[in-house]
Amino acid sequence: MSISQEDVEKVALLARLAIAPSDLPEVTERFGRVLQLVNELNTIDTEGVAPMSNPHDMVQRLRPDVVTGGDEREALMASAPQQDRGYFLVPKVID
Amino acid sequence: MVDSAVLHASVSELHGMLTQRQISSEELTQAFLERIDLLNGKLNAVVTVCAEQALNDARRADKRLSRGKATMLTGIPLLHKDIFCTQGIRTTCGSRMLEQFIPAYDATVVAKLKAAGVVMLGKCNMDEFAMGSSNETSFFGTVKNPWDTQCVPGGSSGGSAAALAAGMATLVTGTDTGGSIRQPASLCGITGLKPTYGRVSRLGIIAFASSLDQAGPMARSAADCAHMLTAMSGLDAGDSTSADLAVPDFFSELSGDVAGLRIGLPREYFNDDLDSSVRAQVMSALSQLEKAGAQLIDIDLPHSHYAIATYYVLAPAEASANLARYDGVRFGYRCADPADLEDLYLRSRSEGFGEEVQRRILVGTYALSAGFYDAYFNKAQQVRRVITDDFRKAFQSVDVIAGPSAPGIAFRFGAKQQDPIAMYMEDIYTLAVNLAGLPGLSAPAGLINGMPVGLQLIGKPFEESTILNAAHRLQLDTDWHLARPPIEEWQP
Repeated sequence: MSISQEDVEKVALLARLAIAPSDLPEVTERFGRVLQLVNELNTIDTEGVAPMSNPHDMVQRLRPDVVTGGDEREALMASAPQQDRGYFLVPKVID
Repeated sequence: MVDSAVLHASVSELHGMLTQRQISSEELTQAFLERIDLLNGKLNAVVTVCAEQALNDARRADKRLSRGKATMLTGIPLLHKDIFCTQGIRTTCGSRMLEQFIPAYDATVVAKLKAAGVVMLGKCNMDEFAMGSSNETSFFGTVKNPWDTQCVPGGSSGGSAAALAAGMATLVTGTDTGGSIRQPASLCGITGLKPTYGRVSRLGIIAFASSLDQAGPMARSAADCAHMLTAMSGLDAGDSTSADLAVPDFFSELSGDVAGLRIGLPREYFNDDLDSSVRAQVMSALSQLEKAGAQLIDIDLPHSHYAIATYYVLAPAEASANLARYDGVRFGYRCADPADLEDLYLRSRSEGFGEEVQRRILVGTYALSAGFYDAYFNKAQQVRRVITDDFRKAFQSVDVIAGPSAPGIAFRFGAKQQDPIAMYMEDIYTLAVNLAGLPGLSAPAGLINGMPVGLQLIGKPFEESTILNAAHRLQLDTDWHLARPPIEEWQP
């Protein structure tokens, strides 16, 4: 299965990545090469094989739903590119 | 003046010197900081040096040593791969996205090593978000291989491997999602171990592919790796995939006895595609183990061929989900003057991520998108089980599986950069080990044209001791792991 420039643009939008029009042919060509590589998976019969998401088939361990960490709001907010009084600032969303 | 031999000494040697007060941790730390200062301009292996903090750590270690409360690692200088969150110290993951990121907490690995008393000298360069096999994808520039500065050090833990080989630290940390500890260890002539998935906590390690990522030790010998692994391992309430298993003292399990050890040689690794000089070195290492009493047995891993296709669906898919958090809002890079929220997302991510990272996000997003999920992601997860079953079957008749760590020696800058597939092939012998969650190590197996080559040993789940012991036997009988890069011959 090959991939078109339109397909790549669609996937890029889903991934919230902007591809410059001048880069699109090369991005598409390299993307296609990776797809060609992974398309080899179609040559193996996996009928009836259960998908494996964890190498030890581990089951998710749960813990009691209680607060364990302290209040680190200030320390964590310090990493934000723009903030004000405990809020993350973004461009205006609603007019 | 500190003897330069300490820069290449083992943990045991330095521990002896420290406890007998032949040297202080402060003097040792100073010597390594000077070494970093001397060589880093050429190698670019370290992105952040923490001189002041390191000297404070060292003074604290000296006090602990004088109180007789030292562990084997107290006062030993170490560098962390810049993927481990370090409280108050910039953690970049090799990316522009995190160029200014200062974590509010330590990764569990960092906290555990700190508790053991190591001295953190700084943070090592790496491929961006650990995606690469040559260190050429780092936003902070390429790392040079100290054995030949025209060549790559491997990746993604290439800064760690180069720094260790050049004597800039006694121990370094790495992470391995598809070979990122073992391949650079091979290319830089050091010993590196990827533990079993779950052995070491992933809390505070910047996520790439969560079902594959593991942190591990990189050092001058299997014995040093064993000391480090003991300190790094264990159940962590902060990582629900960390294993609830007792952690042995890995060093005390190094008997050096390999009599009767059954080592499997997969026909699929030793086929005609294997470079003949790599084969010769790997076989020469294996025949050393045979001389020490191990048995070499031909085995089959019939679906080995599919590891690369499986990995390049699963790892990008998991990465695309993990890297969705970089949105320019909560932390990380934000573009200048966004027109609106959509523009903020698009430009922050396209400007903040490099080419290889963007390619993997695209591939992963595609593999997870409506209409393709079954054909790619689900299919790859099925093949992952088939590959894992191959190992399970093989381990019914052997104790260890051996092969090359990488298809060749270090290559020149740019040689594989234009072709993503050629670069992906660097990990052809290591990827399956991550898919199956097994422990694997790379140990030096001599030189080809003056450049190091590694032997890979793969173990059963949670049997790191077995492969460490086999590498230890090799290092008792050969001096390959003691070879040093020709740094003294460099032109000023």
